Amino acid sequence: MAEPIEKVSIVVSHGSLEGVYPGLIMANGARMEGIEATLFFTFFGLDAIIDKRMDSLSVATVGNSAMRMPGGLKMPTVLGAIPGMSRFATYMMKKEMDQLDIPPVREFLEMIHDAGGELYACKATVDMFHLTKDDFCPQMDDIITVGDFYEKSAGAQIIFT
Amino acid sequence: MSTVEIAGKTLELDTDGNLANHSDWNEEIAQELAKTEGIEELNEQHWLVINFMRKVYEEKGDAPSIRKLTKESGVNTKELYALFPKGPAKKSARIAGLPKPKGCI
Repeated sequence: MAEPIEKVSIVVSHGSLEGVYPGLIMANGARMEGIEATLFFTFFGLDAIIDKRMDSLSVATVGNSAMRMPGGLKMPTVLGAIPGMSRFATYMMKKEMDQLDIPPVREFLEMIHDAGGELYACKATVDMFHLTKDDFCPQMDDIITVGDFYEKSAGAQIIFT
Repeated sequence: MSTVEIAGKTLELDTDGNLANHSDWNEEIAQELAKTEGIEELNEQHWLVINFMRKVYEEKGDAPSIRKLTKESGVNTKELYALFPKGPAKKSARIAGLPKPKGCI
């Protein structure tokens, strides 16, 4: 039998709601299975741990060819650009998630952190966006370089989302 | 289907290695199962979680996963992981004689 996975390092690189959640669900799911989990937020993925932004992430409706309208009919991609469309899609997705008891981003990150998961911000992006440690939620463990990331990922499976 | 000898009883296990029939379970069996999971002695907090797991399973037919445990069991996430290292929902379900929780969160 193949060796079980003992450790995962998950990179979150997108800042949309649907870009952030898969990484959070995978990290939490890893901890549930007794697997060590490290989350590394980079580029727009940083929004998920920026204190003033993490509660207002939204669904990206522009350029998303898989978008469907309520009822399942395919949505022409051009409609994604209509003002209010992203807000509507975000509202719908949050409602569905709430019904499944999937926690909001802030609460989910607290849960992962309390479960022993580690949260890191990418130094290159922090410098590029002129951010400081004070801009982040208290669960953010440290701002680290890509080299540090690989060091911390020793023995881990790296997952890019 | 495999079986295991615990507290003088022969018990059937499911494919995950959890008890196949949760009605076979009793507190003595829980203590023994806990030992196989590396928990020497079940304390009051462990029992709070185990009893909550069994209560929800009886009501809903599925053992709660970590989100529900965190929200409703009265034990917070940090404590849950301290009580049941390497997966509170999975471990406490096994000790409670229940199948592995099906939830993702």
